[in-house]
This record gives sequence, C-alpha cells and structure tokens, in this order.
Amino acid sequence: MNLICISCPRGCHLEVNKVGSEVVVKGNSCPRGEIYARNELLDPKRTLTTTVAIESSSCRRLPVISSVPLPKGKVMDACRALKDVRVKAPVHLGDVIVKGVLGLDVDIVASKSIEK
Amino acid sequence: MERHQLVIIGGGSAGIAAALGAYENGLTDILVIERESEYGGILQQCIHNGFGLHTFNEELSGPAYAEKYYALIKDNECIRFLYDAAVIRIEDKVMTVSSPEGMRKVEAQAIIVSTGCRERPAGAIGLKGNRCEGVYTAGTAQKYLNKEGFLVGKKVFILGSGDIGLIMARRMTLEGAQVIGVAELQPYSNGLARNIKQCLEDFDIPLYLSHTVESVHGNARLEYITLIEVDKNLKKIPGSERRIDCDCLLLSVGLIPENTLIEDLGVKLDKRTRGAIVDDRYMSSIEGIFACGNALHVHDLVDYVSQEGKKAGKAAADYVLGVEPEGEKITNYVSNGVSYMVPQSFHKGKDLEFMFRVSKVFGESFIHVYGKGLDKKIKKLGIVPSEMQKVLLKKEDLDSLEGELHWEVVE
Ligand SMILES: Cc1cc2nc3c(=O)[nH]c(=O)nc-3n(C[C@H](O)[C@H](O)[C@H](O)COP(=O)(O)OP(=O)(O)OC[C@H]3O[C@@H](n4cnc5c(N)ncnc54)[C@H](O)[C@@H]3O)c2cc1C
Ligand code: SF4
Repeated sequence: MNLICISCPRGCHLEVNKVGSEVVVKGNSCPRGEIYARNELLDPKRTLTTTVAIESSSCRRLPVISSVPLPKGKVMDACRALKDVRVKAPVHLGDVIVKGVLGLDVDIVASKSIEK
Repeated sequence: MERHQLVIIGGGSAGIAAALGAYENGLTDILVIERESEYGGILQQCIHNGFGLHTFNEELSGPAYAEKYYALIKDNECIRFLYDAAVIRIEDKVMTVSSPEGMRKVEAQAIIVSTGCRERPAGAIGLKGNRCEGVYTAGTAQKYLNKEGFLVGKKVFILGSGDIGLIMARRMTLEGAQVIGVAELQPYSNGLARNIKQCLEDFDIPLYLSHTVESVHGNARLEYITLIEVDKNLKKIPGSERRIDCDCLLLSVGLIPENTLIEDLGVKLDKRTRGAIVDDRYMSSIEGIFACGNALHVHDLVDYVSQEGKKAGKAAADYVLGVEPEGEKITNYVSNGVSYMVPQSFHKGKDLEFMFRVSKVFGESFIHVYGKGLDKKIKKLGIVPSEMQKVLLKKEDLDSLEGELHWEVVE
C-alpha cells in the first residue's frame, strides 16, 4: 500500500507492507513516518483545529486545537460539539477549553492567547 | 523628524524574525511598523496545525507559532512595535506613515520590507460571467471564517489547488458546508501532498486536474459555474463543459509579493519572483533597503520565512554598523527547468543557502550547478513546482568559482 505521510509538510511517499503481523514501512525520512503509517493502517487519527466564540474581547473567535489527534471518524462530531462553546477573555495558549471532548481522552486547548 | 537605526515594514513572521536578527547583531533602536492591530500577519488566520516543526520541534497552529516566536523579542527594549500604522510611501530612507494619530514621517538608516504577499484576484484570471456575489479569494474566506466566524457559502467550489484552497476545503467541510470539488488547470496539484491527503481525500472531495472554471452564473448571488477540461497545452476543450450548482466559488490561484512601496521607490524587481532582486544580504538594488519573507518570494514554510527574516535582520545590522561584505560578487543565472533563484547574486567567502523553484514536475533528476571553477550535481528524488527547493553550497565549493554561476535541472 502507498501512503503519503502527513506528519510534516515534507509529505514523504511511504510504501507500507504487512509481513505476517508486522507492518514494514519504506520511504520515510524520519521515525515519525513509520509511526504515522502504522497508525494509518490500524487506527487513523487526525488533529482537529477550529475556533470557538470568545466574549469580553476585541476578537470574536478563539483558535483551538485538539491536545492529541482524534480517531479520524470522530473529527466531524468533535467539531460539531464545539459549536455552542463560549469562553471569556483572558485566555492563554494551552488553556484547556473542553476537557475530554465526546468523552474521549482528548482535550480541546486554546492555540492562541487573547488578553482582552 | 523621528529617526531610527532600522525600520521594519510588516510585523508578520518575516518582520518579527528580522527584528530578532538585527537585535542579536548589535542594533539597539528597531521599529516595526504594522498595519494591523496585532503581530503575526497571515499566521493569525491560519489556525490549522503544521507550523514550526523545524523551529520549535512541535506542530503548532499559525497563531501559536507567531506567539512563540514573538516571545523571543517580547520584553526587548530595543525593539518597538507600532500597530495600526501603514507605510504609504518611501522616499530615500524616509517613510510616510499613516496611523490613527495622523500622518507622520519616519527616517531610518536601513529599511527591511517584509510586507508579505497578496492573492491573485478574479480579475487576473479572466473569469467570464456576471459579477455576482459569492466569489471570494480563499484567503479572504479564511479570514472571515477564522477571525469573524462567518461562513461565506454553503455549497462551495474551489478553483486552484494552492494550499490555502485545500485548507479551506477541509475547514468549510468541518463547519458544515458542502465542498463539491477543486479544479486545477495544471495536470498536477499545486498544493502540498499532505494537504491533498488530509484536506481532500479524507473528506472524499474530488480534485479535477486539467480543469478550469470557464464562467460564473447567477443574478445577485452565484447560482452555478461552468467547469471545462483543458488539454496538454492548457487549451480549453470545446464540448467538455459541465454545469456545477454552487453558491460560492473560492479562488486559490496564486500569491503575488506585495511590493508597490519599493517599486515606486525604484527598487529593481525580478520578473519571476515579483519580489526585489537581492544579494546574499537580502539587500535590494538600492543600498540599505532589504527584503525578506513572502514580500521577497512566496514561501510554503514559515520556518524558512523566519530563517530568511533573521538573516535579513543580521545583514541590515551589519550595514548600519558599517560591516562591508568581503568576497567577490557573483551573479546567478537560471535555465532549463529552474524558474528562479534567491538570492540573485552573492558574495563569496562563506557557506551560502540558495532557494528556488522548478518550472515543472521532474522525476529523479539532478540540480546542476556550474561556472568557471565549479561543477556540481545534486541528486533529487523528485521535484515539483509547489515545493521550494533549498541548496547549500559550502565556502570551499565557491572559493574557486569565477564570474557567474549557472543553475539547471538535468533529468
Ligand atoms: C493560507 C496559508 C497557509 C499556510 N500554511 C502553512 C503551513 O501549514 N505550514 C507552514 O510552515 N507555512 C504555511 N504557510 C506559509 C507561511 O506561514 C507564510 O509564508 C509566512 O507566514 C509569511 O510571513 P511574512 O511575514 O512574509 O508575510 P505576512 O504574514 O503576510 O506578513 C506581512 C505583514 O506586513 C503587514 N503590512 C503589509 N504592508 C504593510 C504596510 N504598507 N505598512 C505596514 N504593514 C504592512 C501586513 O499587515 C502583515 O502583517 C501558509 C501560508 C498561507 C498564506
Ligand atoms: S516521514 Fe518524517 S520527514 Fe517524511 S513527511 Fe513524515 S514526518 Fe515528515
């Protein structure tokens, strides 16, 4: 199977083969590529980035990011679950905005500080 | 008149890094003039992750990258930011600045232009049809959505496979819009492979290579577009027209360095990059005027923008403090598949980094660098126009070189 590693902008073309129970990866320029290929085969995951509403601020939206990648199939649901979330300034980079989104072991955290 | 050692125009990633570079190399009086009310430039609307893997060893969102980089200069008394202020004119080294307090003049011993780039608008690509509402550049749609929370359409088609368009395909899908497809004139994609995968394939959004939008239709609001296929020579194929219903068309058809300020000043621009022609110090054809970041040439990676900004900052500091370059000056010439080279010329005597793009897709090939006293081939597994290439030449490689240096791709 051929995959494109999405772990960094370099986008290495990976060749992935299952040899018995082992996953053999070729074409990666760094170890992250191998981890990516293994996950992509067994349990694909994606980072979610979106925004939530912010009040008492000159800004209207606070950019947020999932603390770790989510199962690929849950990304849309997680984004929908954030629709009605509202926060108040000040907020700091890395603050947890939603703990355990969708009951998963993944937090949604601020990806920008907004003082006012 | 207000005077400074160095004025940096634009406080995006290039400008912030330039300020840091200038400070680290001895300047104590640096002013950054920024049109918006915050630093970071385009990064502030790029909320996706994918920034800074090389600089910070983690994958950050655009705003987070800006914040982390800005932290390096935050409490520095030698660097001051002037927000909500735009430079509208440069004469010699005197800038006219428009700000909420009115117009003022600011003079500097050196100026770094880091004004970023702008998107090619609809007018530039000859779209036929009514001027109906619903046609936006992808970056404008991104700004509305990520900063204001406003979705510009519900049924979206995207013209151009540049990264901003791909990122917006995913972003609008996540916000509940239906993205019908992306058309690309060339037979290859112009975006990063990772963005094709994670922004289109993940959501089953089709990519129509060798296709373009012939015309837009609708009265007040866009109702449909006509998609058409093109042949090898990018000529439209009659009879291949197809109607696609949509209420929104996003254009992601290229970025152009923002250089009106220095063009008026008489700085020589490169026809290919549409940025200033610079030497290895990032100094333009006018002494003491420097350029870096997307204003110099359009970059794909913020890490490279930051590195370039820092080097321009150092060079501006050297210039102000009277440090002259030493080695002989060499000019770069490009041909056969290499579409541009930055810097366009350089001084020998140190290791140097060269950045360029190729004009088409190449498989396994060599970058051939040659001149009197130098002949070198650098192997590449595959090169595409959408990915900026970087080549490092060592001082020892360059020592024996005389006159000029040529660059080409050999398949
Ligand atoms: C949509 C998009 C997605 C990207 N995605 C990635 C990615 O995933 N990973 C990655 O590494 N890189 C990515 N990049 C590339 C990289 O982030 C940018 O190339 C880089 O941030 C550009 O920095 P800059 O400082 O040159 O320009 P800008 O950020 O555009 O900054 C220019 C600044 O100058 C100011 N300005 C302009 N004219 C004037 C004036 N006359 N007076 C005062 N101020 C002025 C502007 O307000 C702006 O703040 C992306 C770029 C874009 C556009
Ligand atoms: S393998 Fe490593 S270098 Fe290649 S794309 Fe993946 S993370 Fe980037």
